[in-house]
Amino acid sequence: MVLEKKEIEFLELLEKNGRMEVETLAKLLDMDVKEIEKMMDKLEKEKIILGYSAIVDWAKVLDYEGVTAMIDVKVTPKRGVGFDKVAERIYRFPEVKAVYLMSGAYDLSVSVQGRTMSEIGRFVSEKLSTLDSVISTTTHFILKKYKHDGVIFDHEEDDRRIVVTP
Amino acid sequence: MSTKQKTYLSKTVEQLKPSGIRRFFELASTMDNVISLGVGEPDFVTPWNVIEASYHALEQGYTAYTANAGMIELREEVSRYLKSNYEVEYNPENELIVTVGASEAIDLALRAIINPGDEVIVVEPSFVAYSPIVSLAGGFPVPVQTDSKDAFKLQPEQIEKTITSKTKAIILCNPNNPTGTVLGKEELIKIASVVEKYDLIVLSDEIYAELTYDEEFTSFPSIKRMKERTILISGFSKAFAMTGWRLGYAAGPKEIIQAMIKIHQYTIMSAPTMAQHAAIEALTNGERSVREMKKSYRQRRNFVVHSFHEMGLSCHIPGGAFYVFPSISETGLTSEEFAEQLLRKEKVAVVPGNVFGKSGEGYIRCSYATSMKQLEEAMKRIARFVSEFKK
Ligand SMILES: Cc1ncc(COP(=O)(O)O)c(C=O)c1O
Repeated sequence: MVLEKKEIEFLELLEKNGRMEVETLAKLLDMDVKEIEKMMDKLEKEKIILGYSAIVDWAKVLDYEGVTAMIDVKVTPKRGVGFDKVAERIYRFPEVKAVYLMSGAYDLSVSVQGRTMSEIGRFVSEKLSTLDSVISTTTHFILKKYKHDGVIFDHEEDDRRIVVTP
Repeated sequence: MSTKQKTYLSKTVEQLKPSGIRRFFELASTMDNVISLGVGEPDFVTPWNVIEASYHALEQGYTAYTANAGMIELREEVSRYLKSNYEVEYNPENELIVTVGASEAIDLALRAIINPGDEVIVVEPSFVAYSPIVSLAGGFPVPVQTDSKDAFKLQPEQIEKTITSKTKAIILCNPNNPTGTVLGKEELIKIASVVEKYDLIVLSDEIYAELTYDEEFTSFPSIKRMKERTILISGFSKAFAMTGWRLGYAAGPKEIIQAMIKIHQYTIMSAPTMAQHAAIEALTNGERSVREMKKSYRQRRNFVVHSFHEMGLSCHIPGGAFYVFPSISETGLTSEEFAEQLLRKEKVAVVPGNVFGKSGEGYIRCSYATSMKQLEEAMKRIARFVSEFKK
């Protein structure tokens, strides 16, 4: 779908900060509030905007320290539907946060979030590897997040400029 | 013993007025938690690839002087860049000099052309350094006022009225600091005809050229017959967010550039080497970062202009740079009073317009090169401040 320049600019702004007020968006893009609301509606209906969420550094939340794993999965594609059906079987599990079809050494990259390592271990051994199309899995645990979805974690951007300059 | 205090200072320096910006900086920096819209530099840090290039140069041991005029590789890049972006061609061998900021380029240019007593026309409101640098070079700065009713665009008749037999040069700043006004091609052609008629030299400070938001930018030397009488001044500070690297350049007629190199050679030797390596990377691979920063400035420009209009302050829409220059005459305060009271009551620092010359009285300069979060808060506070005067 071809979008107008303003719509793309609008999406870029929202992607950086989904909480921006409609009034602010309108001023930034030199449009009025009604136009912005219409654009938002349209993009939601077209499923170009799929949702609005926050990027949370859960590692900072006490008693909430979860574990994220990236799992490389090799599968045999299903006749007639290729990888799509297998992917669907996998992405329907609520603990699965992302599924990508990959080129290279394995077929699907599956990102899974759990409370503990053993919880993820259970998911892999009981749910994922028992699917009949799954040939093998390799699980990598994420030790620390430095940057996620374009956002650098734990990094204060101080304004180092002096107060008034020419 | 004489009671009269002896001064060791030169008359020129003694008579130089301290910058109004400096005074305001001192006031603002005594206070905590100030939101500053008084900053004339990008809020972005230098793009990472540019910083990386400088690291690399240091690792490779590039720590010595370069050629006086700057690294030839950099001059070649500048030449290519000016040609492809602004349709002006300069020979990197002898028509370009790399300087310590655009600031040094302005100083060299004026020192290279001014004889004692020459007059130089300065378009006001103007960047604070022009007039003092003219004086330091032994010349007389002669202001020409622009008016908000013309969106602060220079009118050629005004130049003509100011010209005397001593007028040597005119300094143009396009896009302008502090008004953000951009002069388009048609307007420049009209100015060019006056320049030609009176045989003037033009210092065209185009350091904000990359930051124009609504229309294509025209470089002054690209106007017919202007190249041979124009010294083009630019640099890396604004577009590439490299203020602290202190790197700029000048391009112009061979004779003038060679004269500038002569002064530069005796006073500076050469611009910082690691900065020159960084600048090559900025010119070759920096386009994407510039585009991103420019987009963000344009959005914030829109935001700030709308906000001032909502407050009922008149504010022309600046086509470039990262400043807005709203009128505050509605409040009945002078620029200085407005800026000082705003700072004390609401802790927002702006620059009073009068520091940019007489025609800046009744205005303030606000830089929107600051985060959206700060801008939103600053606009709220200014609106609250202004509403007090509107009852
Ligand atoms: C119009 C203008 N020219 C030149 C300069 C100085 O730039 P540089 O950092 O390259 O010396 C500035 C900085 O504020 C400016 O606004």
